[in-house]
Amino acid sequence: MAAPLVLGILVAVTVRAVLYRSSLAGFISERVEVASPLNAWKRVVEGLALLDLGVSPYSGDVFHETPLIIYLFHFLIEYSELVFMITDVLTAVALYLAVQDFNKVVFKKQKLLMELDQYASDVAELIRTPMEMHYIPLKVALFYLLNPYTVMSCVAKSTCAINNTVIAFFILTTIKGSTLLSAIFLALATYQSLYPLTLFAPALLYLLQRQFIPVKLKSKGFWLYTTQYAALYLCSLVVIVCLSFFLLNSWDFIPSVYGFILSVPDLTPNIGLFWYFFAEMFEHFSLFFVCVFQINVFFYTIPLAVKLKEHPIFFLFVQLAIISIFKSYPTVGDVALYMAFLPLWSHLYRFLRNIFILSCVLIVCSLLFPVLWHLWIYAGSANSNFYYAITLTFNVGQILLISDYFYAFLRREYYLTHGLYLTRKDGTEAMLVLK
Amino acid sequence: MAGAVAAVLGLLLLLGSPGASTGPPRDSLREELLLSPLPSGDLAATFQFRARWDSELHREGVSHYRLFPKALGQLISKYLVRELHLSLTQGFWRTRTWGQPYLQAPAGAELWVWFQDSVTDVDKAWKELSNILSGIFCASLNFIDSTNTVTPTASFKPLGLANVTDHHLLRYAVLPREVVCTENLTPWKKLLPCGSKAGLAVLLKAERLFHSSYHSQAVHIRPICRDASCLSVSWELRQTLTVVFDTFSIGQGKRDWSLFKMFSRTITEACPLASESKIYVDISSKTQENELLEVTPLPLSVHEASVQGDRRTYAVYDLLSPSLFNVSRSLNVQLKWKRPQDSLDLSTPVLHAQRYVSGYGLQTGEISTLIYNTHPYRAFPVILLETVPWYLRLYVHTLVITTKGKENKPSYIHYQPAQDRRRPHLLEMLIQLPANSVTKITIQFERALLKWTEYTPDPNHGFYVSPSVLSALVPSVIAMKAEDAEQSPLFTSLFPSSDGSSYFVRLYTEPLLVNLPTPDFSMPYNVICLTCTVVAVCYGSFYNLLTRTFHVEEPSRGGLAKRLANIIRKVRGVPPL
Repeated sequence: MAAPLVLGILVAVTVRAVLYRSSLAGFISERVEVASPLNAWKRVVEGLALLDLGVSPYSGDVFHETPLIIYLFHFLIEYSELVFMITDVLTAVALYLAVQDFNKVVFKKQKLLMELDQYASDVAELIRTPMEMHYIPLKVALFYLLNPYTVMSCVAKSTCAINNTVIAFFILTTIKGSTLLSAIFLALATYQSLYPLTLFAPALLYLLQRQFIPVKLKSKGFWLYTTQYAALYLCSLVVIVCLSFFLLNSWDFIPSVYGFILSVPDLTPNIGLFWYFFAEMFEHFSLFFVCVFQINVFFYTIPLAVKLKEHPIFFLFVQLAIISIFKSYPTVGDVALYMAFLPLWSHLYRFLRNIFILSCVLIVCSLLFPVLWHLWIYAGSANSNFYYAITLTFNVGQILLISDYFYAFLRREYYLTHGLYLTRKDGTEAMLVLK
Repeated sequence: MAGAVAAVLGLLLLLGSPGASTGPPRDSLREELLLSPLPSGDLAATFQFRARWDSELHREGVSHYRLFPKALGQLISKYLVRELHLSLTQGFWRTRTWGQPYLQAPAGAELWVWFQDSVTDVDKAWKELSNILSGIFCASLNFIDSTNTVTPTASFKPLGLANVTDHHLLRYAVLPREVVCTENLTPWKKLLPCGSKAGLAVLLKAERLFHSSYHSQAVHIRPICRDASCLSVSWELRQTLTVVFDTFSIGQGKRDWSLFKMFSRTITEACPLASESKIYVDISSKTQENELLEVTPLPLSVHEASVQGDRRTYAVYDLLSPSLFNVSRSLNVQLKWKRPQDSLDLSTPVLHAQRYVSGYGLQTGEISTLIYNTHPYRAFPVILLETVPWYLRLYVHTLVITTKGKENKPSYIHYQPAQDRRRPHLLEMLIQLPANSVTKITIQFERALLKWTEYTPDPNHGFYVSPSVLSALVPSVIAMKAEDAEQSPLFTSLFPSSDGSSYFVRLYTEPLLVNLPTPDFSMPYNVICLTCTVVAVCYGSFYNLLTRTFHVEEPSRGGLAKRLANIIRKVRGVPPL
């Protein structure tokens, strides 16, 4: 399995290297879909230039990266292209190893449930075989590496790639079962962009499952492990924040990074829903709607945890997707991360209802984004509503994609326990409805 | 009896007047008009009215104002102002064709103030001061707030006496969008002691002054030395008005000027309150043989001065001398060009600059400033101050300064990045200009999308970027001797000169007009509805999937409609559904 992966990595690196040297590199780095005010490379260079001038990068409103990025690129600014290619490769390798391990866990669990006779009798075609699961890790790695979104994000040198690497390492360490490393990488991911905080729940559920601790609110073991994991996470977060303080000896980075993410003052267009909403908002309601939109990202966690407590990795996937859709400054790099997981659920294909339409919507919207941007900003023949409409359509497409996968997942679970060929009381073929 | 009353009155007067031994503070008024023909054939007229008051406004409780206007005096004492400079300008001084200005002002309104070091809250004092000035001068100076105020560190050094130069006491703001009109001229004229009834101010008629290429009126208040020993401080108020008349619109194509043609008035008397009232006409010529101008009536005296690095000759008309109004009751100075029109040598000024915006589209752009040093062999440094509003996000790593194709690193950079909706960008640089060169300074910016309420009612007009300021000590061709400020004409003592080998020049570039991308202003309700619909689509789908479970569908007995249809069918005799 290593050889095809290495081949895939070589192809991906070649594609990126070719694009770096071509004239498209400048065009791609300017695209607002790829570079947002939070992770644009131009702003990283600006922050380092301000540091050279003796001005704190956080004294203005241009630089919104964490001090970790300053630490990293202060020394590596000459090799930035190499750094971004390596981060992409690391993400792909981390996902590959994680999915490999996860497949083993899935197969073991399936075997256990079959021996316990939890499955119905006629679900043979729904059972997953090692043969079909063999190529999934490679597919996941290649889905990430060769996704046009990832390639564009890498060529634009958007620091979203670094965030993705941290999240991929977090997923790897969680699936491997290491509590400490998982907490550290989660703290790092939360420190980089605030939203991975919601990934605490699926990681906790997975680790509990792996330790064979049942998730019962009255169980002592459950609370012990939870507090242990939470304490490790919070301590690592505090340590990382304090280390950042010592870079510039000021707490300026907290309002500049986290205050910026939460209060959304910069209305530069991107593929998300926030920018036009707050550009057209009445001043009086601005604070209220900022709070509503931010709560919207976080409040799906608990209901999903209740529903999907037996399937924490699917929960992780859905949570990642919700973060990518509803975060304040999304880019296509965030979309690429959760899309890398789609091969993991390829066995749900027969239950997906709208996959053709949704993939068409996503592809067409991705192609229309630069066209309508050009018409608005350069040609002047369209206005902001055109770009906004495509933003809406793209987000609806993503939302329906995720809910379609969720529906398919739940439906397969129902069939596994109740049998594939359902009949009504009078013997005719039954329909399944969601009631 | 009468003698006793007189004695008592005299005694009361002696005892009653406070500070009777020193007497009330002395004040004096000087007024002056300078007519300088410009190389392109236009004519610049600079009025200066200078009231000097030997009083310490901050220390004594002053209540009796004579020549110094009360409105400004009270302002200075209340807000502990050390220096105040306010200018309102319409038009742009074209340095390349008109030569170096005596005192240039940027288009729009400019206000810069040095406060005393005893001021505790400078920002509060600045805000209140700009609001009060807005009322006094009928200008919208109340739009000056933290988004267009900066604190320059090197550019605006005090022009008067100064012993403390902590630049945190300085505030500078420009409103490039401000329009100057008659409403601003009237309160300005009211501050003059003679008003517009006597002296040179009778020429200030609004319908002629605003029919010009350049109109700038300014108020400068600063403390100066009372005498050569400089033990005590006097306050000086200078009101200057510069206007440039165009050959084509005013002159009807002819280059002959007269006071009547320009101002539609002539001067009949000097201001009775003025101690000095003079008209200077610049009659200097490049070569000795060919005289530039013929001036009538013949001037009584000629004054030579070295101004801005050049030896110049001025014809002087002293309005206070009795012989001036002997021939005619009114004075109408007339200037006739002696040389034919085409053979004018345009001498380029030593320092001039231009600025423009380049780039296409509404996403990014580039501001380029070109500074020309036309001195044949001397290099000198210039301080460039740029204030860019926060919604044009400057990227200082794209700052490139090139001279003659090579990179020119500035020896001092002070950059203060902008904070959204709070303060603008401030970029100050000290750049060395080599002799006979063009220096190009470029910096890239990104245009921000603002909230729909932050756009002006005419958003597609664009947003103004205030002019950048160039301050330099330009080396002069000839050695200038330092003259006593009281004896020399007012236009030579505007800027304090430190030595005779260079003179101070402050230039302003053009303001820029930049378009920003606009949202659709008719859409707030629609946008809220549509975005909330998308969020609701997610919420709805997830709610369904999270709260509902799969069930096998039960065959339904039929809804109400089906039963009604069956009843009708039974009545008709048709088999039921």
